Amino acid sequence: MKARVEVMLRQGVLDPQGEAVRHALAALGFDGVENVRQGKLIELELAESDPARAEAQVREMCEKLLANTVIESYRVEIV
Amino acid sequence: MHAGVIVFPGSNCDRDLAVAFEAAGAKVSMIWHKETELPAGLDIIGVPGGFSYGDYLRCGAIAAQSPVCREMVRFAGRGGHVLGICNGFQVLTETGLLPGALMRNAGLKFVCRTVELRVETASSPFTRGYDEGQVVRFPVAHHDGNYTAQAAELERLEGEGRVAFRYLDNPNGSANDIAGIFSENRRVLGLMPHPERAIDPLQGGTDGQAMFAALAEVLEPA
Repeated sequence: MKARVEVMLRQGVLDPQGEAVRHALAALGFDGVENVRQGKLIELELAESDPARAEAQVREMCEKLLANTVIESYRVEIV
Repeated sequence: MHAGVIVFPGSNCDRDLAVAFEAAGAKVSMIWHKETELPAGLDIIGVPGGFSYGDYLRCGAIAAQSPVCREMVRFAGRGGHVLGICNGFQVLTETGLLPGALMRNAGLKFVCRTVELRVETASSPFTRGYDEGQVVRFPVAHHDGNYTAQAAELERLEGEGRVAFRYLDNPNGSANDIAGIFSENRRVLGLMPHPERAIDPLQGGTDGQAMFAALAEVLEPA
């Protein structure tokens, strides 16, 4: 079973990298990009075959390591 | 004073930190990250600067899960002293020994220069050798030193006088110009600037000496 974890800076936390990308896009002539936020995508291959248990495991991994919940939020997708 | 300096793969200020402790009269043990037990009789643990585990995932995140860090958290829980510098500060926030997190510098650039800091309080084992309000010069060298914490946490740090050092000219966008903070019991200090790189005139300054001398005074058995 595969899981996909998306880690993003929490809403309200300034994302300086996203801002830099937005400026670079504007410099390339891409007008109208109002906001850019940059995050991480983590793919996991799991031995677990039960989707509910897999999701619970991955959420625990996020809380303990994959995301820093002081500044980041995460989304888990079982695929 | 018996100081232990943790060495992770990618640490690069471990020797500088050991030299700074030794110059203050300490016996120093280097502790490899895979150790599951701390050397006997440690008074303080130093978590050095560098790029532990290549800064993979997040700065300090993998180091915080290493066997030796679990022991360090227990050591701090027993009232032990811990000094985390630069990457060491990032490790301490990732272990939860200190609140908040260190994000990418607001200017996105790696900042490497000497900065001026105001000593916010002299009432700690780390800062008792300085005067409150004194300005000291320590080098900084980091890409992720932009301290942030939730508003309530920042208010609490400020209210409890747990900001140790503040930048006079903020190099990284850090909230409230914070350069270093204490734990609740003031025995854990994390800071981005490098006091261990300011202990010898050859390094361009000696303002860091007072921190190690003060620790030696507090931690030297009478």
